[in-house]
Amino acid sequence: MENISVFRGERLVLDQVGLALDAGDALLLTGPNGAGKSTLLRVLAGLRKPEGGHVLWSGVDALADRSRHAERVAYLGHQDALKPGLTLLENLMLAARASGGDPYSCMSALNISGLSELPARMLSAGQKRRAALARVLLARAPLWLLDEPSLGLDSNTMGLLETLFRTHREAGGIVIATTHVPLPLPDAKSLALPGLNESDIPQTMEDFPEDDLF
Amino acid sequence: MTLQTPTLILAILERDLRLALRHGADTLGSVLFFILAGALFPLALGPSPELLRHMAPGIVWVCALLAALLPLDRLFGSELEDGSLDQLMMTGLPPALIALAKMLAHWLTTGLPLLAAAAPLGIMLGMPSDSLPILLIGLLLGTLILSLIGGMAASVVLGARRGGVLLPLLVLPLTTPALIFGAAALDAAQTGLSWGPDLELLAAFLAAAIPLCPLAAGAGLRAAVE
Repeated sequence: MENISVFRGERLVLDQVGLALDAGDALLLTGPNGAGKSTLLRVLAGLRKPEGGHVLWSGVDALADRSRHAERVAYLGHQDALKPGLTLLENLMLAARASGGDPYSCMSALNISGLSELPARMLSAGQKRRAALARVLLARAPLWLLDEPSLGLDSNTMGLLETLFRTHREAGGIVIATTHVPLPLPDAKSLALPGLNESDIPQTMEDFPEDDLF
Repeated sequence: MTLQTPTLILAILERDLRLALRHGADTLGSVLFFILAGALFPLALGPSPELLRHMAPGIVWVCALLAALLPLDRLFGSELEDGSLDQLMMTGLPPALIALAKMLAHWLTTGLPLLAAAAPLGIMLGMPSDSLPILLIGLLLGTLILSLIGGMAASVVLGARRGGVLLPLLVLPLTTPALIFGAAALDAAQTGLSWGPDLELLAAFLAAAIPLCPLAAGAGLRAAVE
């Protein structure tokens, strides 16, 4: 499996960003708040169409059939997307049906099997994050797109995460993650998004001709 | 993937029904609204049986229409807010089918209970018992139309800030044909005329809505997650 993703010209937020990854690679997206890290992930997931450029998967335009692309991707947003009224297991059932994966083994991989019958509203923030990560694992997809996966996780879970990342990459999977803290991804490539230059943002009223104001 | 499609639609339906059971008060809200609003008319119009019998078809239909509107803004709104909509899109199911599954869930949790409550309300308003089957057939078609059009409108206003205000303004004009034909069929039955054509028009309206509304709603969902 080879994967080359190139796209350019998400105007304003992402300007002519290009990257290419092979099987087993990992990529860390860094940059200041508002630099467009999450936007880039959503474009790669096929949730958003770029205004210019392409996302290529093995040389084929991935966004031409976004429903098919969705099967190749496991996406973790900055929200955990758990229904408070459903138990942990019920929350994972939809993803389990979509991929045919086993929810129990994914829950034990993140050490939350004991919570499977608890409603999601009783879970702590870190436990919810682990549940969302279990759903990523459940998708059995080659490409993991993770938006700040370490948010609220304790050091034990970071250890679990390291194992999960390693097994996934050894099996030829790809991890792309946005982060502000170091993640256990050895030999990861890194892409720093610059964010907006200060000079690009009109700061004061003097930037506008007076005629436009009145 | 094509083999999986029915499984996934069933999985979404199952999830929504489970959620509806867990939040029983929200689910019963629209039925209670329907019964209460219908029960207010005899109080406001006076207890004349002749007048109530004459007005019953219109009252039942208008109340059903308004009651079905109530849960619409949560139909996709709650999914968008907690990020579940992203995950639904990532199941690989085409957005139009996601929308169809959600519309079916809306009908099962709102349309079907309304249908069950319509007969007692009709009897309370003094509708003759031989026109009750026509009321139920008409409302069966009507509530399905409401779920389809309502789901479409709910997905279209999803990104809008004043979505809750916009929703009835979009749904009510689009559902007036259903209201007109449904109430007209009942009127015809009560006056001894033929009610068949009205119900057939209602069914034709439903037949057009079944393919069109999920497609439009799917496009709305795509736009909402962008």
